[in-house]
Amino acid sequence: MWAFIHKLGSPKGFYAISARWLTPLWLAAAALILIGGTWGLAFSPADYQQGDSFRIIYVHVPAAFLAQSIFVAMAAAGFVFMVWKIKLADMAAAMMAPLGAGMTFVALFSGAVWGVPTWGTWWQWDARLTSMLILFFLYIGVIALRGAFASRDGGARAASVLAMVGVINIPIIKYSVEWWYTLHQPATFSITSKPAMPAAMWLPLLLMVLGFYCFFIAVTLMRTRSEILRRESSKRWVRALVEEQR
Amino acid sequence: MRAKRKQRLLVILGLVALAAVAVGLTLYALRSNINLFFSPVQIAEGQAPLERQIRAGGMVKEGSVARDPDSLDVAFTVTDYVEDLEVRYSGILPDLFREGQGVVVVGRLQPDGWLRADQVLAKHDENYMPPEVAQALEDAGYSPEDYQDKATDVAKRLEAED
Repeated sequence: MWAFIHKLGSPKGFYAISARWLTPLWLAAAALILIGGTWGLAFSPADYQQGDSFRIIYVHVPAAFLAQSIFVAMAAAGFVFMVWKIKLADMAAAMMAPLGAGMTFVALFSGAVWGVPTWGTWWQWDARLTSMLILFFLYIGVIALRGAFASRDGGARAASVLAMVGVINIPIIKYSVEWWYTLHQPATFSITSKPAMPAAMWLPLLLMVLGFYCFFIAVTLMRTRSEILRRESSKRWVRALVEEQR
Repeated sequence: MRAKRKQRLLVILGLVALAAVAVGLTLYALRSNINLFFSPVQIAEGQAPLERQIRAGGMVKEGSVARDPDSLDVAFTVTDYVEDLEVRYSGILPDLFREGQGVVVVGRLQPDGWLRADQVLAKHDENYMPPEVAQALEDAGYSPEDYQDKATDVAKRLEAED
């Protein structure tokens, strides 16, 4: 068990092991998003009040889940990098950040598009919307801070610290709709109670959420693998690999 | 090496804890400013400024919507089931606006206690259901816009705040 984890923590070992995970992850992501998307957008019932504009939920909610999860994953990777100095964790954190920023943008944009027909406004400085915008700026900050250092290690450490401190924003996003009066409604889903919608509505949404997570893991793995090759390009095992491919 | 790792761990945890305390205190100090709107109770208590743009939120009281047949003028009551606030508005209402629905109105509070709204935003809750389910509920004698649960929550919250 420990030997496996040690092997997984080294760039070379990770590169070898993760090769096996890519295809199943991509297949799962494609299947889940295809089935969930078609089901949700075409076959699941419309909402009694909002009609078809409710279907934006099938993009909005998975994107918002990922936006927050990726930030937590990035902070956790930063923590592992800072305490145990595992380079692989930093590579993964660096590769996750743009995807997280993208997901936050998708959540904000789909929310704005949804807000126009339902609320009558595309933006309000409401606690949920504002804290989500701050998350977007935090992602941009983490990416920019990494790039602002001449040395790779300095940038990696600064980005890790910002990610770890910025993770405080995540519970604020989550509880904003409960702590303050907001325009955004409270969560439809919670771990403790059953969802506030029938199964024909939440099942496709669940598929979409799982599909988005598979997509995120697949993209991060793929990008981390190419980052490993880039950073370790002078190592003997990478050269041997290139020779082999020729 | 072990001790060094432990030191790094403590430094990081300390840093994050300090930042959390700072953010927590800031949010606590700003708690009333972060609320998007005043509730009718807060307005009745005089917490909202007069004749300055504010937002007020609550439920549109059942049977309170009065439309002028010749213009876009509409008057309705916003309630949190404790206090009422009279709102007058002239313009197009969002599709989701209806009696029993949550709204946020943007406007100026008049000295005699009613609110002249410049904008009306519809709030919706976290419950979604297909039209057939809503119809079935209605046939069974329940209103899908039954916000009584919400109302007890609001009442509990206000009690806790006092």
